Amino acid sequence: MPRIRPIRTEAIVLRQRPLGDADRICVLFSPTRGRIEAVAKGVRKPLSKLSGHVEPLSRGQFGLAHGRSLEVITEAQTLDSWPALHEDVDRMTEALAMAELVDRSTDFDAASGALYQLLRHSLDELTTSSSPRSVRWWFVLRFLDQQGYRPELDSCVRCRNEVGPEGNGFSAVDGGVVCPTCHGAGVGQRLSSAVFRLLRYMRRSSCESTARVRVDADASAELERHLRLSLEQALDGRLRSSGFAESLARAETIGRSAASSATERVQEEQEHAAI
Amino acid sequence: MQRSPATAPTIARLIEAFHRLPGIGPKSAQRLAYHVLRAPRAEAEALSEALLEVKDSTRLCGVCQNITDADPCPVCLDPQRSDSTICVVEEPLDVAAIERAGVHRGRYHVLHGAISPMDGVGPEDLKVRELLARLGDATVEEVILAMNPNLEGEATAGYLSRVISAMGVRITRIAHGLPVGADVEYADERTLRAAMTHRVEVDAQRGDD
Repeated sequence: MPRIRPIRTEAIVLRQRPLGDADRICVLFSPTRGRIEAVAKGVRKPLSKLSGHVEPLSRGQFGLAHGRSLEVITEAQTLDSWPALHEDVDRMTEALAMAELVDRSTDFDAASGALYQLLRHSLDELTTSSSPRSVRWWFVLRFLDQQGYRPELDSCVRCRNEVGPEGNGFSAVDGGVVCPTCHGAGVGQRLSSAVFRLLRYMRRSSCESTARVRVDADASAELERHLRLSLEQALDGRLRSSGFAESLARAETIGRSAASSATERVQEEQEHAAI
Repeated sequence: MQRSPATAPTIARLIEAFHRLPGIGPKSAQRLAYHVLRAPRAEAEALSEALLEVKDSTRLCGVCQNITDADPCPVCLDPQRSDSTICVVEEPLDVAAIERAGVHRGRYHVLHGAISPMDGVGPEDLKVRELLARLGDATVEEVILAMNPNLEGEATAGYLSRVISAMGVRITRIAHGLPVGADVEYADERTLRAAMTHRVEVDAQRGDD
């Protein structure tokens, strides 16, 4: 039986899951080999020399040997640890959404240099951007493009007529903007002129420029909806990490309401004690 | 797991039962099954009784959510412990580890997991609501977040700090850096960064205790 040579590759760690008592399976995304599932042995032990180099949302150089069913990580050296993505929960949430998209859309041994560069650039931008969610929007538009789901923003996806700035709709199922006539006939969801302009601007602009655009809460919610529905079409399912983003958005409200109900409870107890 | 015709079905069933346990491979499962077979009957009975008892008589402590035989658990009932500090951990085994070290004299709260966004595990799947209910009265002054220093731990700590800060309670996070016995040479960037950021003044009288 011919001996398979070990490989060395650069990769971004997308995620991990525990294996046995001390190991983890790491999902790596390599520009030359696509998605790789590899075992990191002993990384759950406190003195593991490998553990800090295989954390999700980091980029490194990896040595891989062929194991019985999965690759085995023999060496790892961090190239980018992106500390801001781990220390700031908002940045982490956006980074996880991007990592999940790549994880769910790539296959083993499918070289994907363009997608790798897009993810790497977006994670770089995310560490410093003043608007983490804009980085994700910018990433999602290009991700859809690379996966063959580029949203049509110039002409109506139903009648092919050129569209103006007002009164349009957006149909994720049909893959883009819908003219006022077709939208009036019940096709697609409302697309405000602000979000339409933003989508067109994001397509032609850099990530940095996109992050500088001020987007109000209504436009942000509308854009999130159109992008979410477009991704659901592309992935044939919902993003799991979006649930955490929603929980995080509600966190402060939950804290405040827990504090006020506790205050009411204490007051009730005091009144009861006084009676 | 493939059954061999040479293995009696009852033994095969026991092997399969052991094999379902975490960290037990097919060979270990076989060894354990044959050990039970050869052991005196009293040993096998003690094992089966212990297994049933742990299922029948343990429950979650209504206060800290740790696994216990009595509700509230002895740690929650201990009058020597401070009520002003709650150490929040992911798993019951984390309580045992911190207790072994003897470094915390306050109360605990066990979340029974960590938020894992990419696996769809959110705060509603953990004992977060029970924690918030404990923070309402003015007794608790500090919440120590003792999550693992990995992505899930950081997501959990990030979420909890956002919720708890809205309640006006002080939040701290256990420090992370180089473990005892580790080599600086092999440490990753983030560990070194954390170790440097949270460095401490060396007391000349006591050394770097």
